[in-house]
Amino acid sequence: MTAAMRTMSVDQPSAHLRVVSEQSAPSTTSGINLSGVSKTYGTGDGKVPSLRPLDFHINDGEFFVVVGPSGCGKSTLLKMISGLLPPTTGEIHVDGNKVTEPHGDVGIVFQNALLLPWRNIINNVLMPIDMKNLPRADYMDRAKQLLKMVGLEGFEKKLPWQLSGGMQQRASICRALVHDPKIMMMDEPFGALDAMTREKMNVELSRIQRTTGKTILLITHSIPEAVFLADKVLVMTERPGGIAAIYDVPLGRERTLDAMANPIFIDLVARIRKHFMTNSALD
Amino acid sequence: MSEKKAPGSVSKLLNASWLRPFVLLVMIVVGWDLAIRIFNIPAYQIPAPGDVVKVLYTDWPELLAQSGPTTYATLLGFLASAVFGIPIAMLIAGSRTVESYVYPLLVFSQSIPKVAIAPLFVVWFGFGIVPKIIAAFLLGFFPVVVSAVQGFKSVDPDMVDLARAMKGSRFRVFCAVNLPHALPAIFSGLKVSVTLAVVGAVVGEFVGSNSGIGYVLQRSIGTFDLPTMFAALVILALLGVILFWLVDRIERFAIPWHVSQRADVFVGS
Ligand SMILES: Nc1ncnc2c1ncn2[C@@H]1O[C@H](COP(=O)(O)OP(=O)(O)OP(=O)(O)O)[C@@H](O)[C@H]1O
Ligand SMILES: [Mg+2]
Repeated sequence: MTAAMRTMSVDQPSAHLRVVSEQSAPSTTSGINLSGVSKTYGTGDGKVPSLRPLDFHINDGEFFVVVGPSGCGKSTLLKMISGLLPPTTGEIHVDGNKVTEPHGDVGIVFQNALLLPWRNIINNVLMPIDMKNLPRADYMDRAKQLLKMVGLEGFEKKLPWQLSGGMQQRASICRALVHDPKIMMMDEPFGALDAMTREKMNVELSRIQRTTGKTILLITHSIPEAVFLADKVLVMTERPGGIAAIYDVPLGRERTLDAMANPIFIDLVARIRKHFMTNSALD
Repeated sequence: MSEKKAPGSVSKLLNASWLRPFVLLVMIVVGWDLAIRIFNIPAYQIPAPGDVVKVLYTDWPELLAQSGPTTYATLLGFLASAVFGIPIAMLIAGSRTVESYVYPLLVFSQSIPKVAIAPLFVVWFGFGIVPKIIAAFLLGFFPVVVSAVQGFKSVDPDMVDLARAMKGSRFRVFCAVNLPHALPAIFSGLKVSVTLAVVGAVVGEFVGSNSGIGYVLQRSIGTFDLPTMFAALVILALLGVILFWLVDRIERFAIPWHVSQRADVFVGS
């Protein structure tokens, strides 16, 4: 059924599919499936509705990007899918199993690097291994390789405060990858990076996803970043957040920064931007 | 004493951070001595520094022997405040229910003057070491709890979420994230606590004891032996400084990564 959604050809940029909930007839045994998932926070001064009931499906190996105005519930969504926060209504299934608690096979990157200040970089990267009580020795090489990949070779023994903010964030991406999770969840991971590093990280992340076939759920404020990275882009409405649209991004799997000059890319960015122009500004 | 040295080494010596408090101390003692001479303060009101030093010198073995029980009671009371205070802080920070029951009561109990109830401990436990330990504990306990609660509560919830998402058990997450995060706050509480524990032990000795620096104080006040009394105060201050310094050393060893220790690295080098 997802094949049907990818049928539009390159010379028909205006035909990007607008997927409504019923259409994404989910496979129940693979990928991430949300049905009727909503969240209302109960705080001291009454209830704060944060998410309207959502239905969508993320396929295995898909790069799924969520964009939306500030405060529309993107982080809430990510925490619910990770099992850190119970939904108020509805159910979330990962590979057919209902999510009721953290399921372990995910790597999470938040906007802040959140490295433990008392652990050096390599020990921070190995933190998931410690938490799962796996033998460190088996993962040491992988951790070093990951650090090398993000340009942090030689910083293994440094403490987090001795690194710049961008370097810390790169280390936190290594930490999310070290246990080779099937799913990556990233909440505005590059927000703290400078534009150049950010583009480099985008290309790198794109490459990681294409080569490892991980399912990635990424939240961002940048529409070009969303379109550049995504197989699918979910656009959210103002708070309480709902689904405004889900777009397919038919830019092919191999992407370089040249993709940003592609008419499809430009057209999609403009379309998504329009969602926010008519309401209020993004962020 | 440093006049004889070359100006370069004098300023270098003055810049050594461990020397600075002593320089200030010397200045205070000189000021004290001058004030007595200038304003003609009689010796039964404030003794001259020289007399105090004389007592410190001649009665040193006695003072040292008496500071033994005080130190002992202080240390036991301090350890008890750490051993009870930190777990209670963990419970208070970990559970809203526990907090709502225990915390207000704890704050309330702090407004009871310990000096007033210390005689009660003598009635209950006799003239031995126990009332002193309890008094030291009661004074040292509260700062540990307050700081540790603040430390445990100030951990970034995202950090805990991250560790939980790695499927770490509650205990493992606590040991890897919450506890190390709370350590700096716990240590600042322990430092306040250890100096207050000295006060507590002395209060215990005041109301019912025949040994310890508190007892020396009590006795010298009774006989208007001001030089001895001031000598006892000096001993107490020394005791407080040494214990504080010990906790500070342990802190440096336990949390070398913390901001406060980092700053030190740069100042020192
Ligand atoms: N722990 C909480 N308790 C109560 N309300 C909350 C809590 N966390 C979030 N909210 C509310 O839920 C809404 C969505 O928050 P969320 O953090 O998911 O937004 P977001 O889309 O990630 O925003 P941003 O893009 O600024 O990060 C916000 O309006 C916020 O007020
Ligand atoms: Mg957010």
